Amino acid sequence: MGSRLLRAGPLALLALLAMPASAFATNVDLKQAVDGKLSDTVPINTMWVIVAAVLVLFMQAGFAMLEIGFSRAKNAGTGVAKILTNLSIAAICYWAVGFAFAFGSADVLGISSNIIGSNGFFLQFSGNPADAFPVMGLSDATVEAKWLFQFAFCAVSLAIVWGSTLERIKYGAYVIYAVVFASIIYPIGSHWVFGGGWLQNGDTPLMPTGMQDFAGSTAVHLIGATGALAALLLLGPRRGKYGPDGKPRAIPGHSMPLAGLGVLILFIGWFGFNPGSTLNITDTRFAEICVVTLMGAAGGVIGAFAMTQLKQRTIDIGMVANGAVAGLVAITAPSGYVEIWAGPIIGFVAGLIVVAGIIAIDKRIDDPIGATSAHGLAGIWGTVSCGIFTAPRLAEYNAFGDPHGGLLYSGSFKQLIAQGVGVVVAFSFVFAMSYATFLLIKRTLGLRVSEEQEEAGLDIVEHGMYGYPEQFIPLPEIGAASSGPASRTGTPSPAPAGATVSAMTTGEASA
Amino acid sequence: MKMIVAYIRHEAFEPIRQELLDAGFPSISITEVKGSGRQKAITEHYRGSELAVHLRPKLKLECVVEDKDVGFIKEAVLRHARTGSVGDGKLFVLPVEEAVRLRTGEEGEEVLQAHDTEEIPAGA
Repeated sequence: MGSRLLRAGPLALLALLAMPASAFATNVDLKQAVDGKLSDTVPINTMWVIVAAVLVLFMQAGFAMLEIGFSRAKNAGTGVAKILTNLSIAAICYWAVGFAFAFGSADVLGISSNIIGSNGFFLQFSGNPADAFPVMGLSDATVEAKWLFQFAFCAVSLAIVWGSTLERIKYGAYVIYAVVFASIIYPIGSHWVFGGGWLQNGDTPLMPTGMQDFAGSTAVHLIGATGALAALLLLGPRRGKYGPDGKPRAIPGHSMPLAGLGVLILFIGWFGFNPGSTLNITDTRFAEICVVTLMGAAGGVIGAFAMTQLKQRTIDIGMVANGAVAGLVAITAPSGYVEIWAGPIIGFVAGLIVVAGIIAIDKRIDDPIGATSAHGLAGIWGTVSCGIFTAPRLAEYNAFGDPHGGLLYSGSFKQLIAQGVGVVVAFSFVFAMSYATFLLIKRTLGLRVSEEQEEAGLDIVEHGMYGYPEQFIPLPEIGAASSGPASRTGTPSPAPAGATVSAMTTGEASA
Repeated sequence: MKMIVAYIRHEAFEPIRQELLDAGFPSISITEVKGSGRQKAITEHYRGSELAVHLRPKLKLECVVEDKDVGFIKEAVLRHARTGSVGDGKLFVLPVEEAVRLRTGEEGEEVLQAHDTEEIPAGA
């Protein structure tokens, strides 16, 4: 497979050269900036979008730490390589085709932009930026800034997929699925939901009004979690997850502090995720969205805390962490549509859902990190909650969905139905595509490592070295004589004076 | 010569060590071990699933002494390691055939425990 990938490289470069070098927004902007004609709002909005994009990119570290913490020590290293590989593959694919499919106007392909966009392949687009990427036209930030921001979303969605597949999937599956996901599945799915597609526009008989998803409870989180579910169903549980009686057994992750660090990084990153989706700093809406986001997270933690206490009489560390993520996931879609008071409610319900969901799902399928609950179920709830809590003033401002607001304001189920249909459509599309892709991988390359390899751990099998070598290789084998003071065990006498002192002060050396 | 092998609770180690040291028995080894006995498994919780842990952590203490000292060591271990609850541990006495001090090559009971003289400076 490796050699085939190598041969594909030059082809991609050729394809790039063949692209029509149409209008470069950058050059126009540069000339205007030199002439002093560039509006003040352009640099300041561009700056905000870039800051937000970098915050969202930082969430990759969060996913890495969360997954590594929830893995056993023998699978700790592989998460590092995986996150970097996936991010890089997704970057190239999203630049090449993903962004054009997700946000472009109907151009090259000539298909209605209700279905798929086709302007902006390799970030080269025809027409002015506001027309080329109509749904983001409200912001005058440069296209490159918007690309970086949207790519960071794609990378988040892809990272979510792998949480459920920990400790048993073949590395090659990452590579192949990342290409399909960042080129086709995510761009089309997100285009329908928040890229100007038919779900968002709502101009079909199926949809009573346009779907509302401000920052991607469905477009990013549910899509990622759906990919995770498809992978899970084809992968099966880890060895030893279910006892002979079929009851689920705990396979504790090796580091709750690392998982906690991951969650806190995600938490911080979310302040780019939701507020950044304004793509605009000059209307100062982003500050209010920051507060709503925090309220959602707070509600999520408290909800999970209450539920885990109720269900198992302990405050499960991993569950509280999942609660924070679930609250944040749920508040993602409504963050731009609801008043601040709705934030804690939406988050709290998400916290309850995620704990109940993890325990229920765990009985049948093995999702080590709870991605299907924290991103899937909470994502569904968050999307649906727009149908209840959306405030009329914000629906009008964002110009998507029913301007009379959600059920609580309008007394009408219009928005709720639109949200429900949107969730079902997005789930079905992504599940079908992902299942087909993973099935293909399973039939050809194979999806899962062998039993012996799973037992040995993916670090040594896929990467030839452990993430924590000292835990698995006897210390003398890697040159360290022992974990004790060096003077008493390693060096022949006479021992160096300094080492002697240290041995005396520790006082534990002789036996 | 006899080897005394005792499986004890972690918290029993420090007072035993102190008493042996005071009485002139500095040469002991410990290993952190996990084992099961009459003590029941504890059930741990993780993300909604249960995990029964049957093997509990204990300390294994080893000490080789002259036959006449076995009684004293046994007393010391019993005095400090016994709480009366299930899970205190066990003690075994094994015969030892030979003993060699690696540094000098001396053999026999000479090599056991503390020297009479203070000729060995710490850290040498």
